[in-house]
Amino acid sequence: MNLHVDINKRHAERKEFSPESLAKVNELMLDVPEGKHKSAVLRVLHMAQDELGGWLSIETMDYVAELLNIQPIEVYEVATFYTMFHLDQTGKYVLEVCRTGPCMLVGSDKIIEYIENKLNIQVGQTTEDGMFTLKTVECMGACGYGPMLQCQYKNHEFLTPEKVDELIEGYRSGTFEK
Amino acid sequence: MTGRKVLLENVNIPGIETFEVYQKNGGYRAVDKALKSMSPDEIVEEVKKSGLRGRGGAGFPTGMKWSFLAKPEGVPRYLVCNADESEPGTFKDRYLMEKIPHLLVEGMIVSSYALGANLSFIYIRGEFMWILDILEKAIAEAYDKGYLGKNIKGSGYNLDLRVMPGGGAYICGEETALLESLEGKRGNPRIKPPFPAVKGLWGCPTVVNNVESIAAVVPIVNDGGDAYAQIGLGKSTGTKLISACGNLARPGVYEIEMGISVEEFIYGDDYCRGIANGKKLKACVPGGSSVPILPHYLVTKTATGEDRLMTYESLSDGGFVSGSMLGSGGFIVFDEDQCIVRNTWNFARFYAHESCGQCSPCREGTGWMEKVLHRLENGNGNLRDIDLLAEINKKIEGNTICPLGDAAAWPVAAAIRHFREEFEWHVTHREESQTRNFGLISQPVTA
Amino acid sequence: MIKVTIDNIEVEVPQGTTILNAARQIGGDVVPPAMCYYSKLEGSGGKCRTCLVEVAAGSTADPRPMPKLVASCSTPVMDGMVVKNKTSERVFENRGGVTEFLLINHPLDCPVCDQAGECHLQDLAYEHGSSKSRYEEEKRTFDPIDIGDKIKLHMNRCILCYRCVQVANQLTENRVHGVLNRGEHAEISTYIENAVDNDFSGNMIDVCPVGALTDKTFRFKSRVWFLKPMEAECSCDKCAGKTVLWMFGDEIYRVTARKDRYGEVEDMDGKPGWICNDCRFEKKDPSKWNIIGPRVIDRHSVISQGKYATNIRNNAKKLD
Repeated sequence: MNLHVDINKRHAERKEFSPESLAKVNELMLDVPEGKHKSAVLRVLHMAQDELGGWLSIETMDYVAELLNIQPIEVYEVATFYTMFHLDQTGKYVLEVCRTGPCMLVGSDKIIEYIENKLNIQVGQTTEDGMFTLKTVECMGACGYGPMLQCQYKNHEFLTPEKVDELIEGYRSGTFEK
Repeated sequence: MTGRKVLLENVNIPGIETFEVYQKNGGYRAVDKALKSMSPDEIVEEVKKSGLRGRGGAGFPTGMKWSFLAKPEGVPRYLVCNADESEPGTFKDRYLMEKIPHLLVEGMIVSSYALGANLSFIYIRGEFMWILDILEKAIAEAYDKGYLGKNIKGSGYNLDLRVMPGGGAYICGEETALLESLEGKRGNPRIKPPFPAVKGLWGCPTVVNNVESIAAVVPIVNDGGDAYAQIGLGKSTGTKLISACGNLARPGVYEIEMGISVEEFIYGDDYCRGIANGKKLKACVPGGSSVPILPHYLVTKTATGEDRLMTYESLSDGGFVSGSMLGSGGFIVFDEDQCIVRNTWNFARFYAHESCGQCSPCREGTGWMEKVLHRLENGNGNLRDIDLLAEINKKIEGNTICPLGDAAAWPVAAAIRHFREEFEWHVTHREESQTRNFGLISQPVTA
Repeated sequence: MIKVTIDNIEVEVPQGTTILNAARQIGGDVVPPAMCYYSKLEGSGGKCRTCLVEVAAGSTADPRPMPKLVASCSTPVMDGMVVKNKTSERVFENRGGVTEFLLINHPLDCPVCDQAGECHLQDLAYEHGSSKSRYEEEKRTFDPIDIGDKIKLHMNRCILCYRCVQVANQLTENRVHGVLNRGEHAEISTYIENAVDNDFSGNMIDVCPVGALTDKTFRFKSRVWFLKPMEAECSCDKCAGKTVLWMFGDEIYRVTARKDRYGEVEDMDGKPGWICNDCRFEKKDPSKWNIIGPRVIDRHSVISQGKYATNIRNNAKKLD
């Protein structure tokens, strides 16, 4: 298993926060004792991912490093550790289906297969129209409500093929828009 | 008397997530009482008397943990609430925070006061971002009503409370990894000693407690530690939130009084109402994915034939030979159609995926186990692999920086211990094992 | 001072000393192996788990044994503590386990690895490894990359000791490489295929216990056991200029810092004797050096197997 990654695909045009978000970043940095503002990095990365294109390009991470006045490598180290951060370009909606034990016991495998067939992609891939990326994730803390998936921090629980049809239609038509 | 509730009794009151309704129903009494009439040490004493044990999984006495906190002059101390609930099978803290967020905020205020902290944090897993919003709303209300900020209710006590999100890493539930993450770093557990009570967040003395433990401080302050200790059974005092999942007729979060029987919990009308779809019970993991799995004949009875109870002691009766653990209260039930080999592989994959990669036994060992189990599950294993797994297991367990190594090792060891027959069948019946399940394992004849 | 007994040998050490450093005070084979701990690097240790020892008695005050083996590099001794290292069957067994873990994904490419002969993983494998591999799965691989124009990174060989990250933290303001990703996918990288470029970056090579970081100016030039190590010095405005030249005839094949028996750089004037990149990579002309004399390599590895150390030692004696 070769773990080589093509880093060239991880560049993108530099984007910056809105003034409101910049104010929020400053507020977050002041929420902790002086000199400890690196603490804000996870939250700012979430904000960056949500606002600046749905994934964390190298340029976005460098921007976050500038804002927090830390070295870029400190941001790369963090962003590559936590699985919620997407380091490659994603579709507009990332469907993250839980695959861990309790969800598997109630049929998550079948839901994953159903979505793969429905969207005609494999786990890890993005639909041709750029609408959906399918990912599997480990336990989301919704074990009693499985099978489940999360999309843009919204949980969809007790999934059935019918519900999957509904939610994919919902995202396509904009009904589930944040 | 069983069935008493101290955390979720008001959970179904409409609007309980708001300050107003929460306070109207007895909320924030504990803060009023503590700040007016109790010294910090008195609260610690009450928590000790209550017998409360950490609800995150390890079960360490909370009062004792608090009393270890170093208190050097001129150095800030921190209280951090561990809301990084990620142990497969566990979703109780999420339920509490979503439904009744002020209970956690109130618990944080009282506990911070008891520990002498003026800045406290709730570290919540990033996947619960919408609960972060719920908590921040509750915190804003508490500031607004004078329960947070400077000079709380005229007591002279100051407290700021912040919520910080994780980013998707099970390991951040380990307290020192959590602190690293809170500092904005990779979630690598720290080498201990020093322990957080001496050197924690930013090098300062820190206590890290689970959401449910902090919430339980509220009834302890309201009614006294002795009253809390009256609830439950023996050393398992109080109530416990159990998150029940898997093949149950009615999965969900239940607040149980410690001491009810496992039989009642699985089959009782007030609880899970039996196995889903009228199937038979095959196995149960009673305390989150890391604790040993129990085969059906050891779930409701111990090896000596006594009723198995929902207590720390009874669930671990028989040690790792025939018992398990209460753990985090993630109660996972398997019906007769489930494949133990597949599930063991699934859990092994989880732990390999979540290993931080810092220490060699965990980084290499969890990945190795996952690959061997994957082969076995897919009909490409051999009988030697089963012994190999047991061997790898022993070399991980106890040799790692943090308990993730043990958490990865125990489920594999227990599955092989109780379900070896099923593992062997996957080797001897390669093709058949791909199309049907082994079914129930036979009960060993005991002397 | 407090007393601790390691493998039945008693030693007195200051409060706060770790078990490993207490053992190093005794010396010899009582000393546990250490792949990640490096006394000169802040925050090092605790990760590789090769230095695990058994604590048979915690202290005089609390003589109970510790249930788990402990990392000797990060566990402080207590007065009256009784430690078992080479006298413990359990330690031997579990250290063998750790060695196996470190080797399952290792390429075992010693025949083409420049570190061979002075590799700590090689030493560990000799002493605690098995002659057979039980790992039947595919190994994880990374492509070798240049991490700067003079340094090669073979991630396949890395054991993730974190020393190269710590040395960068200690010697430079702007660290550009670190540990990325996690679990078995964790790797040393700059992420953006950046060059590690500062005057002291070459020290990454010296602190690397394995062949993950090697000197490109020495790549495939020779095997270390064919070379004669000579102590040398030069006047350098960046570092102390005190080095070891690895020579063949009159040619300098590579330059390293002076290292002690544990592979750590020796102190020069009370500070770790890190050397600058000029001394390491640029000064391959013997006329630039004042060559002091043969360097005794006091190590139990392949270098010594070639009896080279013995010869040097004899020669060194003659020089006295």
